Amino acid sequence: MVALALFLFLYAPIVAVVVFSFNAARFGTGWKGFTLEWYASLPGNQVALAAAWNTFLLALCSTAIATFLGTLLGYALRRYEFPGRRLLGRLLHVPVFVPDIIMAVSLLIFFGLVRKWCGLFELGLGTMIVAHVTFQIPFVAIVVRSRLAGLDPWLEEAAHDLGANAWQTFRKVTLPLMLPGVLAGAMLAFTMSLDDFVVSFFTSGPGSQTLPILIYGSARRGITPDINALSTLIIVLSALATVGVTLLQRKREG
Amino acid sequence: MPHGARSIQVLRGEALSARQRVLRILGAAGPASLWLLIFFLVPLFLIVGVSFLSRGEFGTVERPWTIEPYRRLAGYGLLGFDPLHPIILARSLALGAGTALLCLLCALPLAFFIAGLRPTWKTAALTLVIIPLWTNLLIRTYAWQLLLAPEGVLSRVAATLGLIEAGSGLYPGAAAVYLCMVCDYLPFMVLPLYASVEKLDWSIAEAAMDLGANGWNVFRHALLPQIKPGLFAGSLLVFLPATGQFVIPDLLGGAKTSMIGNAIQQQFLASGDWPFGSAIAVVSLGVVMLALWAFSRQSRGKEEMDLL
Repeated sequence: MVALALFLFLYAPIVAVVVFSFNAARFGTGWKGFTLEWYASLPGNQVALAAAWNTFLLALCSTAIATFLGTLLGYALRRYEFPGRRLLGRLLHVPVFVPDIIMAVSLLIFFGLVRKWCGLFELGLGTMIVAHVTFQIPFVAIVVRSRLAGLDPWLEEAAHDLGANAWQTFRKVTLPLMLPGVLAGAMLAFTMSLDDFVVSFFTSGPGSQTLPILIYGSARRGITPDINALSTLIIVLSALATVGVTLLQRKREG
Repeated sequence: MPHGARSIQVLRGEALSARQRVLRILGAAGPASLWLLIFFLVPLFLIVGVSFLSRGEFGTVERPWTIEPYRRLAGYGLLGFDPLHPIILARSLALGAGTALLCLLCALPLAFFIAGLRPTWKTAALTLVIIPLWTNLLIRTYAWQLLLAPEGVLSRVAATLGLIEAGSGLYPGAAAVYLCMVCDYLPFMVLPLYASVEKLDWSIAEAAMDLGANGWNVFRHALLPQIKPGLFAGSLLVFLPATGQFVIPDLLGGAKTSMIGNAIQQQFLASGDWPFGSAIAVVSLGVVMLALWAFSRQSRGKEEMDLL
């Protein structure tokens, strides 16, 4: 019973958004009948489309960079012994815990000062990508490192004994074995980028509005029904992604 | 490099010169480390520096060095003592701690419930906990504006019970902020707690019962010590982001629920007072570091760290 009530509590906001996306009332929260009008109007909403495109582009670019850098770091932390390795591994947890607003304002200051000094880092999609990569790297590295822990090091050695050079070993043996971990890290990074509002809000410029920034703006002015329709689509997509990832994991674990 | 090089050479079965080794490590760990150094550590040191400067034009800073921002944060303003900012600080800490506590109270029964399910249902229940986590926080937050609006069901019930005036909503206000906080952060508490509950050794509880302990004592002495790692990890995962939260108080609270996050946002985006905004950020960063330090001292066994 208690558990059921808690699940209801957990899903109350999500259900509310979905229900209200079908509400015919243009203003307020009273129920005025069922409609699909808000969904029908979405394809013509240029602002929302641009924001969706920005969100996607930002997530894609930042995830690509962060996955590349984070995977290499995670690999180094697990495979090599070097001075400062343990310290680096621990420091990796710090960005995870620093509240996003602190990271956001510190980057705002950093970008501002560098811009004044040499004109780089005009606020926009570029600065947002840099900011997102910064909070994504630690997550990717941590996930990759922990997935590598379960790998059999003898497989690499066998490849080497069979005449593969270091690059071939990495490319043909280590990387395929690491791939599930890398994909898991990339998925996490991608979701975090899509979900992020605070860091984007502080590092965005004119014309680089993302969906979370758009939703925030309209929530401040008072939610309009088309935002509910937009949010419902986002909710459906994230739920599908979560279920998909869970099923994939189950399949792999047999 | 006899001892450092040994493991890698045995592991990969190839002889690397010290130079090759260093190059490889630099090549793998270097780029990401450099990135984090430039875009994470340097900016953090920058806000510490800026917090000791004087404010210039909107969004600029200038010399001389001063501790004025910190004096203002402590309540000593131009117009004498004003406790506004100490109150905001205390309120944020209370919000973080309160949210963590409420989440814990909700997560305990849920974690035990899920752990007791059959495997198929277990996966389903865990997925149900994770789905909200993957759903945009902003959406889950503004949804409470819909749920707690004056004409909504919850507000009417609260009005009938005499908790609020009829016709007024539960939002904006502290109740709305807490409700939304607990709802948003509950999964962060449930997941590590569940991981601990799943590994419980029930024979200890049985032994305690055989020895005549009552329900509370069994929980307190036989179960609680075992789930402590999950409990600490979950509390940290809730407390830290909840303390720095600015979206939820901003969308659901009024002026009376202004938190650290709102104060920082206001200084940077509305007032353009970078030194003061930085000082607030530095102090809350200090709180974070303190909490992390306390946590890492607690978790010497490293077990908790794995849960994060």
